[in-house]
Amino acid sequence: MGKRKLVVIGNGMAGARAVEEVLARGGADMFDITMFGDEPYGNYNRILLSNVLNGSQYPADIVMNPLDWYRDNGITLHAGSPVTDIDRAAKTVRSAAGVHVSYDHLMIATGSRAFIPPVEGMTGADGQLRHGVYAFRTLDDCDGIIAKAKESRQAAVIGGGLLGLEAARGLINHGCKVHVIHIGKHLMEQQLDGPAGAMLRSAMEAMGVEVHLHKSTTAVLGDERGITGLAFKDGTTVECDLIVVSAGIRPNAEIGMRCGLTVERAIVVDDHMRSIDDPDVYVVGECAQHRGRVYGLVAPLWDQAKVLAEHITGRNRQAAYHGSKLATKLKVMGVEVAAMGITEPTEERDEVVQFTEPKRGTYKKLIVRDGRLVGGILMGDISKAAYLMQAFDRDTPLPEERLSLLFDIGAPAEKVTLEEMPGEAQVCNCNGVTKAAIGACVAGGARNASAVMKATRGGMGCGSCKGLINELVDFFCGGEAEEDPSIHYYVPGVPLSTTDLIDAIVANDLRSVSSVFKVLAGGKEDPSSKPGLANLLSTVWKGEYEDERDARFINDRMHGNIQKDGTFSVVPEMPGGVCTPDELKRIADVAVKYKIPLVKLTGGQRIDLVGVPRDDLPGVWKELGMPAGHAWGKSYRTCKSCIGTDHCRFGLGDSMALATKIERRFRGIDSPGKLKLATAGCPRNCSEAYVKDIGAVAIGDDKWEIYIGGAAGAHIRKGDLLCVVGSHDEALQVMGRFMQYYRETAKWKERTYSYVERVGLAKIKSIVIDDSEGIGDRLDKSIQQSIDAYRDPWLEGQQPATPNQFTSLVPAEG
Amino acid sequence: MAQDISSIDVSWIEVGKVADIPPAGARVVKSSQGDIAVFRTADDAVFAVRDRCPHAGGPLSQGIVHDARVTCPLHNWVIDLASGAATGPDEGCAGTYPVRVEDGVILLGLKLPAAAA
Repeated sequence: MGKRKLVVIGNGMAGARAVEEVLARGGADMFDITMFGDEPYGNYNRILLSNVLNGSQYPADIVMNPLDWYRDNGITLHAGSPVTDIDRAAKTVRSAAGVHVSYDHLMIATGSRAFIPPVEGMTGADGQLRHGVYAFRTLDDCDGIIAKAKESRQAAVIGGGLLGLEAARGLINHGCKVHVIHIGKHLMEQQLDGPAGAMLRSAMEAMGVEVHLHKSTTAVLGDERGITGLAFKDGTTVECDLIVVSAGIRPNAEIGMRCGLTVERAIVVDDHMRSIDDPDVYVVGECAQHRGRVYGLVAPLWDQAKVLAEHITGRNRQAAYHGSKLATKLKVMGVEVAAMGITEPTEERDEVVQFTEPKRGTYKKLIVRDGRLVGGILMGDISKAAYLMQAFDRDTPLPEERLSLLFDIGAPAEKVTLEEMPGEAQVCNCNGVTKAAIGACVAGGARNASAVMKATRGGMGCGSCKGLINELVDFFCGGEAEEDPSIHYYVPGVPLSTTDLIDAIVANDLRSVSSVFKVLAGGKEDPSSKPGLANLLSTVWKGEYEDERDARFINDRMHGNIQKDGTFSVVPEMPGGVCTPDELKRIADVAVKYKIPLVKLTGGQRIDLVGVPRDDLPGVWKELGMPAGHAWGKSYRTCKSCIGTDHCRFGLGDSMALATKIERRFRGIDSPGKLKLATAGCPRNCSEAYVKDIGAVAIGDDKWEIYIGGAAGAHIRKGDLLCVVGSHDEALQVMGRFMQYYRETAKWKERTYSYVERVGLAKIKSIVIDDSEGIGDRLDKSIQQSIDAYRDPWLEGQQPATPNQFTSLVPAEG
Repeated sequence: MAQDISSIDVSWIEVGKVADIPPAGARVVKSSQGDIAVFRTADDAVFAVRDRCPHAGGPLSQGIVHDARVTCPLHNWVIDLASGAATGPDEGCAGTYPVRVEDGVILLGLKLPAAAA
C-alpha cells in the first residue's frame, strides 16, 4: 500500500507539534506530509516572543523547527503561503501562491490571530494597522515593535492580560515610558482575582509602568505624520507614539466555515480531534473547539497533538482527548505568579483559604471543593506551586489541615536580616568564620566574595554558606560588591566558560592539564583548578589524553575516599543495593583478613570498608573481585533502588532492574559534580528518587517520571520533572543525554541542583527532550564514547599507573 | 613540637632515588619519629616535611603539589614545603627535616637516637 497524503494547514506550534507526534509514531512511513504556513519561517516558540521583545533572546534562539528539520523528515513545506480554499468533495487545498494539492487526511492548525478592537484611527485606508500600531503575535510584529521603540518616547499597550504585560516589560527594556491600558477592573482577569490584580498593579507601577484601568479606547489620535495618543470613552487621553494591541485572540476558523465545517467559537471537534463533520479532517490547537472550550495556552495543545497522532497513525484508534485543566506558572515583570482553575468561588460549598501580605507582595488564595482543589492563585511566593498544580491536575484529596497547603510548616524560621545579625554570629560553620570577620576582611580591601572566601576560608568547607557570604560581602560593600568574573568560568584558573573552554581545548588539541594552562591561562598553573581540568579532559577526549597524575586529587589517584587518618575507604559496586550471598561472604573475608576497622552501610545502599591503608588497596580490590563503586570522585556515583515489582505489593515498575541497567551503563562516568541516582518503583519514593541528581519514579503502565536537580545534602531540593518516558531504554537515553549536556555546560563542582536552577528547567527540557538545538544525536553519541572508553580503575591495583603508586618510599628506621 | 629540628645533630640516611618519586608527587618515610613526607616538585627540588598537617593531622604526602607548596587533602590548607608553615589565613607549622640529594639519591637528616627523647 502506498503512502497516504497528509496535508497540514498551519505551521505554528500546534501544526508542527502534531506532525512531530505523528513522526514519532512511524508517520514518515505512512504519510507524504505537506505543510502550509502563513509566515516565511520554520516553526518557532511563540511563547518566547516576549524574550525576543525584551532583548534576552534572539529570534534564532526561539526557532523550534528550522527549515532543515522539514527537509530531513521529508516534509514539503510551503512557508509564507497561506491556504485560501479547501475543497472537501475533491479533497484538495489551494494556497494564495497557487499551490494546489490533494489530500487523504487534512489537519487544520491555523491557530489564532490578535483581536484588533474596532477603534477609530487604528487601521489605515487599506484596513491594515497604521504605522506605529502593532499586534504582538509574530516575529514580524516583534521586529516592528523593536524598530519603532528605538525612536519612541511613550508607548501604550492596549490590554492588561498576560501577553500585554509581557509586552510592557519588553518595552521598558527599550527605554520607553510605558502605559498599560485595560478595559477591565483589574489586571490579568483570566488568571487573577481583584486583590491579586491590585498587588500586581502596584508591583508594576513600582517599576515605572503606568496602569490605566476601566479604560475603553475610542480613538487613536494623530495624523499622517504619526500617532500622538489614545482617547478613551470617559473623555481622558494618554500621549504615546507607539501602540501595541494585545486585547485578546480570535481563532482563525474562517477557513473551516468556508468549507462547510461546523464552526461556533472555533472549529468544532470530537474527542479524536476530528471535525464533527468530516472524519478525514483533523483540527488541533487554538482553532479547535472541544466540548465547548477553546484553549489559548500551550499545554492543552500538547495533549491534543498526542491524541491526534495516536488516532491518525492507527496506533490507538480509541485515543481520546478529554479536555485540559488550565494551570500556569509565569513571571510578570519580575513577580512570580501561579494560577490554576477558577479565580472566585462559584458554589456555596466552595471553601476559600487565603493569605495576604501586601507589604511583601505575597498573596495566596485557594478554592477547595469537596476536599479537592478547583482554583488557586499564588503570587510573590510560589514555593507551593508544584505541589498544588499537581493536586489540581490530578484531583487528589487535600490534607485536612489547610494551612499546610499554603506553607511548608515546620520549615526553619525566617532568617534575621543581615543588619540584625550579631557580629559574632558564625557564618561558616566548617571554618568558624563570623560576620565580623567578613566585615573586617571587606574593610581591609576585599571587594568581592571570592577574595573574602580566599582570605578567611569562609565558604570553603561544605560550601552551603556561600550564598550568605555573598550577601554579607555585598552588605559590607554598601551594595556595591564587585562581581568576581571567575564565577562564570568552569574553573577559576582558566578564564573561560565551560562551553568556550571545551571549544578551545578541541580547537588547540590540548590533551594535558599543563598544556591547557600553557595555552589558555598564560602558563599560570592554578593548583585548585587542576582536578577540574583533568576531569574535563576525560570528558572531551574520553580515554585519549595525557593523564597527569599530579593534577588529580588524591581520591582520584587512589580510587577511594581519603579518611582523616590518611587511610582510604573501599566501596565495591552494588547496583540498586543488591548483591549475592557469595559477594557478601567475600566482603566479610576481606574485612577479616585485612583487619579493616569499620564495615558500614553507605547512604547509597552499598557496603563501605573504611580504614584501608594505601598499601593494602590492590590486595583488597583483587580479593573482593568486584568492580569499583566510584564512591570517591566527581563522577557518576551510584543508583539506589527500592524493591520494585518482584516482591513489593505497591510496586508499579521494576526499579531494581532499571537501577542495575543504569549502573552498568554509566558507572564511573566523569562529571562536573557527583551524580547520585535512584529509581523508585512507585511514588512512595522509598529510595528517595525525588531528591537525587537524577531520579526515576514508576507511575504505572511502564511509564517513568524522570526528575533532575534533586538534592538532600547540605542543600535540600526536590528534583524537577524533566519528562515521562515509556520504557527502561527511553529512561537510559534521556538520562544519558542530560548527563552529557550537564558535563558539557556545568561549572566544575556545580551540582545539578544549582545547575538546573542556573540554566533553567525550560532550557534543559528544550534541549534534552525537544532537541531544540538539534544536538541530541551528538550528545547521545558522545556519552556512548565515554561509556565505551570506561575502564575499571581498580584494575590499576594489578598494573599501577605510576611506580610505587600503592607503596611508601622506604621503611627507614631513624 | 615546634622545635627547630634542623639545628640538632643529625644522621643522614638514604631513603631512595629522586626518580622513585613522580614529579609533583611525594612518598612517605616511616621513622620512629613518625611519618615523614618526602616531596619532589615539578622542577625536581626535594623537601621533607612531617606528614601531618598542623590543622587536623592530614597526610600532606597525599596532597596536590604546586610550586614549592602542597595542599592538604583533608581541608585544603596550603603548606609551604621549605618552612613547613601554613600559608594564607591559616596559622601553624608542620615541621621540616633537612634533606639533600647526591647523585640522584635522597639523603634525609634525622635526629640522633640519643637526642630523640
